[in-house]
Amino acid sequence: MSIPLHPQEARRIRKASEPPTAPLLATRDLAVSIGGKQVVRGLNLALAPGQRLAILGRNGVGKTTLLHTLAGLRAPDAGEVTIEGQTYAALGPRGAARLRGLLPQHQGDAFAASVLETVLIGRHPHLSRWDWEGEADEALAREALAAVGLQDLAARSIHTLSGGERQRVALATLLVQQPHVYLLDEPLAHLDLNHQIAVLELIGCRVRAEVVTNPAALVMVLHDVNLAARFSDQALLLHGDGEHELGRSAAVLDAARLSRLYGHPLRVLMDGERRWFVPEVNGA
Amino acid sequence: MNRRRALLVLALLAIAAAASLLLSLAVGSVALSPGAVWAALCGEGDGMAVEVVRSLRLPRALSAFACGGLLALAGALMQVLLRNPLADPYVLGISGGAAVGALAAMLLGMSANLGLEAAAFVGALAAMWLVFGLARGDGSWTQTRLLLTGVIVAAGCGAAVALMLSLAPEQQLRGMLFWLMGDASQAGEPMPVLLILAAGLLVAMFFARELNLLTRGPLLAATLGANVARLRLVLYFLASLLTAAAVTSVGSIGFVGLVVPHLVRLALGNDQRLLLPAATLAGAALLTLADTLARTVIAPQQLPVGVLTALLGVPVFLFLLARAPKVEPA
Repeated sequence: MSIPLHPQEARRIRKASEPPTAPLLATRDLAVSIGGKQVVRGLNLALAPGQRLAILGRNGVGKTTLLHTLAGLRAPDAGEVTIEGQTYAALGPRGAARLRGLLPQHQGDAFAASVLETVLIGRHPHLSRWDWEGEADEALAREALAAVGLQDLAARSIHTLSGGERQRVALATLLVQQPHVYLLDEPLAHLDLNHQIAVLELIGCRVRAEVVTNPAALVMVLHDVNLAARFSDQALLLHGDGEHELGRSAAVLDAARLSRLYGHPLRVLMDGERRWFVPEVNGA
Repeated sequence: MNRRRALLVLALLAIAAAASLLLSLAVGSVALSPGAVWAALCGEGDGMAVEVVRSLRLPRALSAFACGGLLALAGALMQVLLRNPLADPYVLGISGGAAVGALAAMLLGMSANLGLEAAAFVGALAAMWLVFGLARGDGSWTQTRLLLTGVIVAAGCGAAVALMLSLAPEQQLRGMLFWLMGDASQAGEPMPVLLILAAGLLVAMFFARELNLLTRGPLLAATLGANVARLRLVLYFLASLLTAAAVTSVGSIGFVGLVVPHLVRLALGNDQRLLLPAATLAGAALLTLADTLARTVIAPQQLPVGVLTALLGVPVFLFLLARAPKVEPA
């Protein structure tokens, strides 16, 4: 007699036996537009466990719109998005919430709440309808707060936090959601330099195969090309009018492409093996 | 906040609400001891007490109790729907519609209670559909648009009410004014509103944790697995129907729906799983007490209960507001 496997276990076993290329997040011929403006056309994306994708582009080119489409929050014009091989229609909102998490660009707090309560919100997809968060959930929340360096603020009101602290609380909320695909919309906004690096390393830890048994995939909208080059495996450049370039970060991120992307000349400085992109400034 | 603490708080509030009911049954032109009230409720004791408690005070007290709960619950839901702490059950024009319906019925010479209630309920439903249809318009459904549409419809209803008041014959004016201020003495059979309250609270509790998500914004709610469009529809129709039921029964009593949810939020925090039932019980207790005062302070004359809810609630609210905002120790 065989006992049916819990889907998550089945997935883990399948993952171990299959080559590690089964994509966590994939798109097929994806076309996205907003307000009559094309964001991407014919995008074919595949993110394997442990892979990180950086999305770069000018303001207003549709980076957030694309990210929300990847999160299943808006319908694409054409093509489809799959998470672990399933479409959002098949997953349903709750099933999707257990597999992918989004860090929104803005945090809306209409009513006061404590930092701990705000982080516990992330457990919602894992609780059944009449459940309350238990001790295990609270332990997870405190762990996530410690991971973003806010363990001392658990009892504080969310309205008393600075912009950077609020951003880290949002990140902790995302961590307790424990998704398999992380979608981050400008995760470094409002953060100090040290926290920018800390956040990228923290998320990187959740994603990299050598650190966790169940590696996740990561998509992030970034503005800093040097951090993108340092912390991503693939890069997607959105040029506007649906034109895009997708490839390995080391190959796609070069001075010529980035200069064209931002409409401003960039120069490469070499520091040993590492390349640094700096904008040209007239008269400096 | 965990489930055990929430249940404890709710048990205390339930005791307070029951005490307010008992008080309203005991107080009046014929004062009764709690024991006598109980005996009369069971149909024992002297005949007059039984008559006074069971057929005079009990229906009125239960109506006030149910409508206080309805208004507080509807207010709490509207505040989540509009993500605006200043929202109240009347902000989207439901009470305006009910008032137009009731006053029009009075002008046409309808005086039977049932006819008046039917007219008020039809008016409330008409306002609800009007706001819903206009706010949805091209399919978008933003809280700003909903709020603006509701406020405008409410303003239109206000103008219609003023017009009818100015056209009304002298001898009808007093009845109309009392209806507008809210008055539990006109309430009919309390059973329907009590049932609506119980059903409404059950539906609200079913969605309570998703409402917690919605207070953090529609985008976050959607990423965490809430069906935001459906949730908003449920919220809108639930809050509107609860309001319509209350307004139909006792008129547009102000203040309960705005301030009770706030009061509870200040005291207990913002978890909807506790806030919704706690606000319901607190609103029920407040309106029962206010109605008891309304018929006793200058008896035999009666005061409009809406005035008393405000007189009771304002100082309590200001006191809570003046305390340092407290986030519970985790």
